[in-house]
Amino acid sequence: MKLLKVCAVLGILVALSGTAYAGQTFDNVKAKGFVQVGVNGDLFGFGKPDEKGVWRGLDVDTGRAIAAAVFGDANKIKFIPLTAVQRFTALQSGEIDVLCRNATLTLGRETELGLDFAQVNYYDGQGFLVSKKLKVKNAKELDGATVCVLPGTTTELNVADYFRMNKMKMKPVVIENAAELYKAFFAGRCDVLTSDASQLAGARAVAPKPDDYMILPDIISKEPLAPAVRHGDNQWKDIVNFSVLAMIEAEDLGISSRNVDEMLKSTNPAVQRFLGVTPGNGKALGLDEKWAYRIVKHVGNYGEIFERSVGRNTPLKLERGLNALWKNGGLMYSPPFR
Amino acid sequence: MTAATQPTVRPAGLKAPVIRIGVVQWMRRNLFNGVFNSLLTVVVLLLLYKIVPPFVQWAFIDSFWTSTAEQCRAGGGACWSIIPANLRFIIFGFYPYELHWRPFLAMLLLVGLLLYSKNRNHWRRSLLWMWIVGLVVMGTLMKGGILGLTAVESDQWGGLPLTLMLSVFGMVGAYPLGILLALGRRSKLPAIRTISILYIELIRGVPLISMLFMSAVLFPLFLPEGVTFNKILRAQAAIILFTAAYIAEVVRGGLQAITRGQYEAAESLGLDYAQKMRLVILPQALKIVIPPTVGILISAFKDTSLVVIIALYDVLKTTKSALANPVWMGFSPEAYIFVGLIYFVCCYAMSNYSRRLEKELHS
Repeated sequence: MKLLKVCAVLGILVALSGTAYAGQTFDNVKAKGFVQVGVNGDLFGFGKPDEKGVWRGLDVDTGRAIAAAVFGDANKIKFIPLTAVQRFTALQSGEIDVLCRNATLTLGRETELGLDFAQVNYYDGQGFLVSKKLKVKNAKELDGATVCVLPGTTTELNVADYFRMNKMKMKPVVIENAAELYKAFFAGRCDVLTSDASQLAGARAVAPKPDDYMILPDIISKEPLAPAVRHGDNQWKDIVNFSVLAMIEAEDLGISSRNVDEMLKSTNPAVQRFLGVTPGNGKALGLDEKWAYRIVKHVGNYGEIFERSVGRNTPLKLERGLNALWKNGGLMYSPPFR
Repeated sequence: MTAATQPTVRPAGLKAPVIRIGVVQWMRRNLFNGVFNSLLTVVVLLLLYKIVPPFVQWAFIDSFWTSTAEQCRAGGGACWSIIPANLRFIIFGFYPYELHWRPFLAMLLLVGLLLYSKNRNHWRRSLLWMWIVGLVVMGTLMKGGILGLTAVESDQWGGLPLTLMLSVFGMVGAYPLGILLALGRRSKLPAIRTISILYIELIRGVPLISMLFMSAVLFPLFLPEGVTFNKILRAQAAIILFTAAYIAEVVRGGLQAITRGQYEAAESLGLDYAQKMRLVILPQALKIVIPPTVGILISAFKDTSLVVIIALYDVLKTTKSALANPVWMGFSPEAYIFVGLIYFVCCYAMSNYSRRLEKELHS
């Protein structure tokens, strides 16, 4: 693992010293005829192939939206599964055009790593899963608890910070593999399981008796997950950024993949501008005027992709929470499309 | 001394030893012929008693074969249902679902060719042609794009065909390269010798995982913008280069085992270097090193699973991916036992064949 880290650092250094892309990605993508999207590959609900080998998830659909915007065809896309170490070098080397791999937007990544993050497509945060038998109502009551946590992650550091900050004691139980970690937790090896909230929901779903467990309301860290592109390629970043925003705006305007054709006849000027009935937006981005229409038509609005990837009818059963529209108390907010 | 001088006379009072047979006697002689061995037997039996019945109970009696994940969770036994539910993804990865018959045919063809090549009577020039035709057909099946077959990009290949492809072509590519390197290392020409030694020692000095990593992460950064090599090709090259260095050392061992007389005899017949090696030395040397070569090939086969590090979906990675689905999460023993069996069958076939080949060649 040490070797990997050395290699990764070396790779990033080479990447930083070397190629600086300037506004070519969009031309490249158009010439190639497809978008290359780096995805996770193992994260259910975000990027993972299903039983038939078809890619599913929130990040995957974000990639499809970009393809739909550029080519009018959500299938003109190649998914490249990447490991956590590979993901940023793959972007720097030009192996992928955009990274949709549940990457957390941080200051360091935006600056030193030379990435540009687009609109956040999922607001995650670290939380706690506990057995209801503990009779704990919030995380402040967890003093002295044994905590199951994956090693070497920010999760591990965050939880240590949190307990120290609140002057509480904890005993970490560190297990390398997520599935084994869950098993240990359900077998009672520890009182609390901590991970990103979206992961906890998945863990709860595979519990022998899911109703015996609850996710505490406390979220102890901010994990805004966003697609990333190479720094300094502004036109391409705009396209990626507004592809995500278009899905949010569509939900805001009440446009879904089901009613998008009727909405073409809408008299609402905002809807007309959005769907390209009143031209302008497409030209500004360098796309054709129907780009947003096609995103909604082929992929759906944000609410739709949320529900089918991680929503109530999936094993993850996630609530919208922070990812609800701003009107409903969430953080999903799109600037006007004009 | 008395026995030597009077071999036929039996000492008075002693009967002929009774040859006792039967289960009890066999056990006494083989399992309980001393304090330590008796103790060992008891401990092993106890362990087996502790392990085997629960395993049989789990794997066969309480197990589920075609149920849903919920039914599995309710019961306590093994959930083999994860295999049929995810089988096609585990075997074929991202290959388009409707087109799975194509990699399936390609795999059958490959296995058929391998089985046919097993028999030494078939080792003729025609076999080479069969392989060339077979490879072209396999490539066409996998890649498509002509003859009305839909094109499938190589980044959609995965699962068992990928594992087989990486290992078979890895071996086929590494073997001749390894022989050349071994000859190079023993060459009298200093330049060739130095290059061979440098290559072998450099490659043997780094783990395969770092070579794969370099091929996937560092290599693209040194290429001009926009030029990207296929990821599978890069991994394949890394595997070939790596395995070749090990084969070279094994073959060199074989070359050293051939006595000087053989070299001199070949030279005195007026054979040039190529003829000497091809006709006299290599046939003997390669025969000697069959066991270690097969050892390396087997480990190379298993090492292909390391390509997960560069996110290629070989059969182990597709299994892991199937396990990442919350529906099937937690049934990892069942899935890993299944993949383990696939690996075992392949490796066992290889070592079995090598033993047969050794016997046939009387080495």
